Amino acid sequence: MAITTEPVTINLGPQHPSTHGVFRLRVTFDGEEVVDVEPVFGYLHRGTEKLAESRSYVQIVTLTDRLDYTASMSNNLAYVRAVEKLAGIEVPERAMYLRVITAELQRIASHLMATGFLLNDLGAFATPLMYCFRERERILDMFEMLCGARITLSYMRPGGVFQDAPAEFWPALDTFLVETPGYLDDLENLITGNEIVLARTRGVGILGDELAIATSVTGPMLRASGVQWDLRKADPYEVYDRLEFDIPIGVAGDTFDRYLVRILEMRESLKIIEQCVDQIPRGPIKPDLPFNLRPPEGDAYAAVEGPKGELGFYLVSDRGIAPYRCKIRAPSFINLTPLKEMVVGWKVGDLIVIFGSVDVVLGEVDR
Amino acid sequence: MDLPEWLAFGMAGFTLAFIVINAMIMSTALYTWFERRALGRFQVRLGPNRWGPFGLLQPLADIIKLITKEDTIPDEADRPAFTVAPVVLLLPMLLVVAVVPFGEDSFLGRLNVGILFIVGVTSISTIAIFVGGWASGNKYAMLGAMRGVAMLISYEVPMALAIAGVLLLVGPALPADAEGFAGISSLALSKIVESQVLPFLLVSPLAFLVFVAAASAEMSRTPFDQIEAESELGSGYHTEYSGIKFAVFQLAEFMAPIVTSIIIVTLFLGGTRGFSPVPEQIWFILKVFVVIFLLLWVRATWPRLRIDQIMAFAWKGLFGLAILNLFVVATEIEFLRTSDGTLSTGSLWLMAAINWPVTLVSVVVLARLLGHGRMDRPEPSPSPLANMYAEAE
Repeated sequence: MAITTEPVTINLGPQHPSTHGVFRLRVTFDGEEVVDVEPVFGYLHRGTEKLAESRSYVQIVTLTDRLDYTASMSNNLAYVRAVEKLAGIEVPERAMYLRVITAELQRIASHLMATGFLLNDLGAFATPLMYCFRERERILDMFEMLCGARITLSYMRPGGVFQDAPAEFWPALDTFLVETPGYLDDLENLITGNEIVLARTRGVGILGDELAIATSVTGPMLRASGVQWDLRKADPYEVYDRLEFDIPIGVAGDTFDRYLVRILEMRESLKIIEQCVDQIPRGPIKPDLPFNLRPPEGDAYAAVEGPKGELGFYLVSDRGIAPYRCKIRAPSFINLTPLKEMVVGWKVGDLIVIFGSVDVVLGEVDR
Repeated sequence: MDLPEWLAFGMAGFTLAFIVINAMIMSTALYTWFERRALGRFQVRLGPNRWGPFGLLQPLADIIKLITKEDTIPDEADRPAFTVAPVVLLLPMLLVVAVVPFGEDSFLGRLNVGILFIVGVTSISTIAIFVGGWASGNKYAMLGAMRGVAMLISYEVPMALAIAGVLLLVGPALPADAEGFAGISSLALSKIVESQVLPFLLVSPLAFLVFVAAASAEMSRTPFDQIEAESELGSGYHTEYSGIKFAVFQLAEFMAPIVTSIIIVTLFLGGTRGFSPVPEQIWFILKVFVVIFLLLWVRATWPRLRIDQIMAFAWKGLFGLAILNLFVVATEIEFLRTSDGTLSTGSLWLMAAINWPVTLVSVVVLARLLGHGRMDRPEPSPSPLANMYAEAE
C-alpha cells in the first residue's frame, strides 16, 4: 500500500492563544511546513470610521483610544493633529511638549508589550512578558496621574491636552527615566544574547527592503528591513525637530532585527523624553476653543509615527459639528500585507513568531 | 492465622499500590503549589496566595474545579482510546517510583533490573501521548502528538546511552549468596546508589548533562515543550480533554518533574547517600528538591526551540556526546579497574579529573558546531531605496 500525504488546513484562531486578539489565519501545512496563509479579518470590526461621522470632533478622541488599545496616546495625537490641521488651530508650546512626552512614553509601553508577547510566542514561559509588564505598569501609573485613565486615555484635545501634568507626575517621570535603562539592560541580558532566541529568530521571516517598501510597511518593521524612514525625522511634527535622536535600523529584516529595533527605539524614546523634560516651557496647555468645533470646508491628512508605524487620520469637513468622513490609516493592518511572503516555507512555530514580530493589535486592524 | 498465598500477595500488592499512588499524588499536589509560587517569584508576581496559608490549599481548589467540570468527549473522538490515554500516561510515573530506593532499606519493590525497568516503563508515555492526540480527532492534538512521538523516541536514545555510561561505573554484579537470595546486579538501583562513593555527577559530568537535557525533553518542558507548545498548538495533544481526564493528564505532567528528579538523584547525585546525623530519606528528598528547583529554573527562563532544531539537537548533539562519554568512560575503566573489576575511590577521582576537561572541551566544540555564536551584528547600512534625509530636503 502506498502511503500518500496531503496538506492539512488549520484555522489558527479566532480563538487561539497567540493570535494577539481575534485574528484568524487559515493556514495550509505540509507536515510542519507552512504552504499557504490566508488572513481573515473583521472579528473586532466596530465601524469606528462610520461612528466618527456622527460624533463631534472632541468626542471622536474617545473612539481613537479604542483603535490600538496598547497605544492610545499615539492615536489621540494623530487624530488631534488632523483636526488642528483641518481647523487651523495653533497649539501652545507646553502642550506640544506634553504630547511628545506622553507619545514617547506610550511608544515604550507599546514596544514593551510587543517584545513581551513576542517572547511569549517564542515559548518563554511568560517570564520576559512579566518583566515587560512591570515596566509598562509604571508608565500606566504615570498616565493615571495625567488623566485618570490607564488604557483608554483620551488625554489629548484638539488644540492641546486635557489638563496640565500634576505635581507628582514629574518626580515619577524622573525616577522612570533613571531606572528604565537598567531594566532594559536586564531584559536584553535575558533575551538578546540568548542562544535559543537567536536560533529561533535570526534569519527567520526575512522581509527585504524592496518588498517592505512595495507593501507600504511602516514603523519598526520597515526600519528593521534597513529602510531609514521615520516620520519624526522625515516630516517632523510637534517639537521633534528640536530634539536629538537616532533612528535605529536593522541589518537583515529578520525577526531578530524587528525585536532589536524595538529595544533600541525604546532607548531613543528615553532620550527624547529627557530632552523634553529639560526644554518644556511654562504656559497654557490649551487654547480657548468652542466645545463644538466647526472647521471650514475642506480635508486634511495628518500622520504620526506611532509605535506600530505611520498612523494617519484623514478628515473631511462640511462645516458640520462632525466630520463628513474619517479615514484611518492603520499601520497594523497595512503591516500585515507581506505576511504571506514572510511565513511561507517556515514551520508552524516560526509562523507564530513571525506573526508576533509584526506586532499587530486587532482593534486597529479591524477598526 | 495463615493467609492463602494469593491473598497475602494481593494484599501486599494493594498496600504497595495504595502507598505509591497516594504519596505521589499528594507530593504532586504540593509540587504544583510550589511550582506556581516559584514561577510567581521568577516572574515578579505573587503566585497563588488566596486559599489557605500561602495559598497551600490551591491544589485542592484546582482539583475540585477540574473534577466538577463537564467531561466532554468530542464526536470525532475514538471513545475507548480517548478515555484510556490519561491513565496510560500516569501509569509509568507511578511505576518508576515503586522501584526507587528512598533509603537503605526503604523501597517498595527491590527490582534486580531497576534501571532497565525505568527505561522501559517511561517509554510508555510516548504511546499515551500519541493515543491521546490521535484519538481526539483534532488537528492541533494530532500535530502535538506527531511531534511528541518524534521527539520522545529521539531523546530516549541519548538518555539510554547516558545511563549506559553510568552503568559502566557501577561495577560487576554481586554473586548470589548462600541463602539463595539472588545477587544484586549492577542494574539494580540500590547497587547504583551504593557504588557512588563519589557522586557520578563528579565522575562523569558529560553523562549528567546529556541525561538532564534528554530527560527534560522527555518530560516535555521548555525549551523542549513541543508537545504542548501552548502558543502554537493551543495545548497540543490534550487540546480536547476536559474535566477529570484533563486533570489526570495534568497530574501526570506535574508528576514528571518529580519522577525525573528522582531518577537524576539516584543515578548521578548519590541517591540516598549523605552525612550521618540526617537520615538518608531526608537527604534523598532534599536532593530531589534541589534538582526539581533547577529544572523549574530552566523552565521559567528559556524560550522554546523549534521542532527541527530539537531533533537536530538530539541526533547531532546529545547522541554524539553520549557516545563520546561511553567511549571515554569505557577506556578509563579498562585501564583503571582492579583485578575483581571494581574501581577504587582514587580511580574515581582520577576519572573525574579526566572527565571534566573532556566535558568542557566537547561541550564547547559542540556549541561551536551547532550554536549561533556570539552576537556579531554588523553595522546596519541604510537601504538606498528610500532615504528620508534626502527627501526631507
